[in-house]
Amino acid sequence: MIGGITMKALGKVFKYGDNVDTDVIIPARYLNVPDAAELAKHCMEDIDADFAKNVNKGDIIVANKNFGCGSSREHAPIAIKESGISCVIAETFARIFYRNAINIGLPIIECVEASKGIEAGDEVEIDFDSGMIYNKTKNTNFQGQAFPPFMQKIIEAEGLINYINNK
Amino acid sequence: MGMTMTQKILADHAGLEEVKAGQLIEAKLDLVLGNDVTSPVAIGEIKKMKVDGVFDKDKIALVCDHFTPNKDIKSAQLCKCTREFAQENDITHFYDTGEVGIEHALLPEKGLVVAGDVIIGADSHTCTYGALGAFSTGVGSTDMAAGMATGEAWFKVPSAIKFILTGIPAKWVSGKDVILHIIGMIGVDGALYKSMEFCGDGIKNLSMDDRFAMTNMAIEAGAKNGIFPVDELTEEYMKEHSEREYVVYEADEDAEYDETYTIDLSALKPTVAFPHLPENTRTIDQVGDVKIDQVVIGSCTNGRIEDLRIAADVLRGKKIAKGVRTIIIPATQAIYLQALKEGLFEIFVEAGAAVSTPTCGPCLGGHMGILAEGERAVATTNRNFVGRMGHPESEVYLASPAVAAVSAVTGKISGPEELG
Repeated sequence: MIGGITMKALGKVFKYGDNVDTDVIIPARYLNVPDAAELAKHCMEDIDADFAKNVNKGDIIVANKNFGCGSSREHAPIAIKESGISCVIAETFARIFYRNAINIGLPIIECVEASKGIEAGDEVEIDFDSGMIYNKTKNTNFQGQAFPPFMQKIIEAEGLINYINNK
Repeated sequence: MGMTMTQKILADHAGLEEVKAGQLIEAKLDLVLGNDVTSPVAIGEIKKMKVDGVFDKDKIALVCDHFTPNKDIKSAQLCKCTREFAQENDITHFYDTGEVGIEHALLPEKGLVVAGDVIIGADSHTCTYGALGAFSTGVGSTDMAAGMATGEAWFKVPSAIKFILTGIPAKWVSGKDVILHIIGMIGVDGALYKSMEFCGDGIKNLSMDDRFAMTNMAIEAGAKNGIFPVDELTEEYMKEHSEREYVVYEADEDAEYDETYTIDLSALKPTVAFPHLPENTRTIDQVGDVKIDQVVIGSCTNGRIEDLRIAADVLRGKKIAKGVRTIIIPATQAIYLQALKEGLFEIFVEAGAAVSTPTCGPCLGGHMGILAEGERAVATTNRNFVGRMGHPESEVYLASPAVAAVSAVTGKISGPEELG
């Protein structure tokens, strides 16, 4: 539950491989503007030139291991969130990206099986309360890893700033 | 069960007798760092917080090093935002063009970070200060904002991998080669969420600049932090650069490690990471024939005085190959001045290299040496991801200052023995 509303995501999948780094999520040449809408225009541009054009609100990114490695730029999860992506599923996340995503309220889930069992273009639904991931195209289910209670509180507050403000 | 060096520092800063891997803690911060790219986002966030200013104006460092001297109007706006925030909050350690250096070379040099500290920085290479025996780690802008406001941050206590270093490295083998070798061995997520703790007799054969280069790239193995024990050399460095009191922590003898590796430094060769991951390493005898268009010697990894001296040793009396643009960037103003006094710039310019004022510049594809489509660079920087130094079809090969300088002379990736 976030803000008293049961949270779900539903969308089609953009699929990527191992070690998607923050330089390809948002290249440094665009970091001279900290504006979310401007960043979203160039999200994933160096590995998927048509991403910004093809992404729709609610869509989901699924990747393999170490998603978000490299730079600490928070611009990376900001660009992904602003582009309309409702959740990123990966086998593992790089640790700074993991923190940043939680801190800005971009839902992320670690799930090895989902990462292996979901392909580009699949329609996927996620129930954030239970951590269940439903691949509606292939009619398969996966159980994502739940957040520790402390992180759940940050997510429920819709980010670290609100969490601290509410303390 | 004993604690690792990292765990002991974190326990003390959380006011706890003991911590265990996986435990979530809130720890007091000795320093919070940001640069011209990450600070404006953090400043936007801190303005949303119900706080009256920052927790301690002496424990925040704002360093305008990435796109400076301002490369365009937009980056000038970023610096303006950072500068105004520093003025409004009377931030003691604000560094602008003329005084600024690359943050991770600058902070140790200015004595702002010492052994036993807990430091967060909105820059992934904040892990550099582990060379001094501090716990330091990269975070995002929101964590930086929270840190500036409260003086605290939450951490999941990391487990650790132990690297026992033995032996004396060969003449042209530096800390950069050691860390590239390690990343090649364990992979870019080999230390994900963990500490990399370096120890062993071989450490005494590594200079402070070697150690800074190694902890700097701990993040390239996915690590939360990299850390060295404090020895005489570390204490000498801190006494020379800082007036702050430091605290020496040692790992418990019965500390638990996920894995232990023993590395014989004398067996290592100059090492190069091929595109597009730092783990794609090859020893210099395995690189084959790779022609290059550009050489960059600098960055928070290898822009220190020893790095420049090595480059000068190679370039003295030599000419850079036709068609190779060589850019040398001292990491701080003090290093710049030292290199100038030692006559290194004369050697560089006579060889045909460009010498720049301190900036992160080309390392992240910002400015001062951007690559065109299809071009290749040998760089002493830390990342070789797709598009890192410019065009998405360009390539970056990571290497030591020695290999970079030799390659500048030969026009292809080459080791020091090729100069004869």
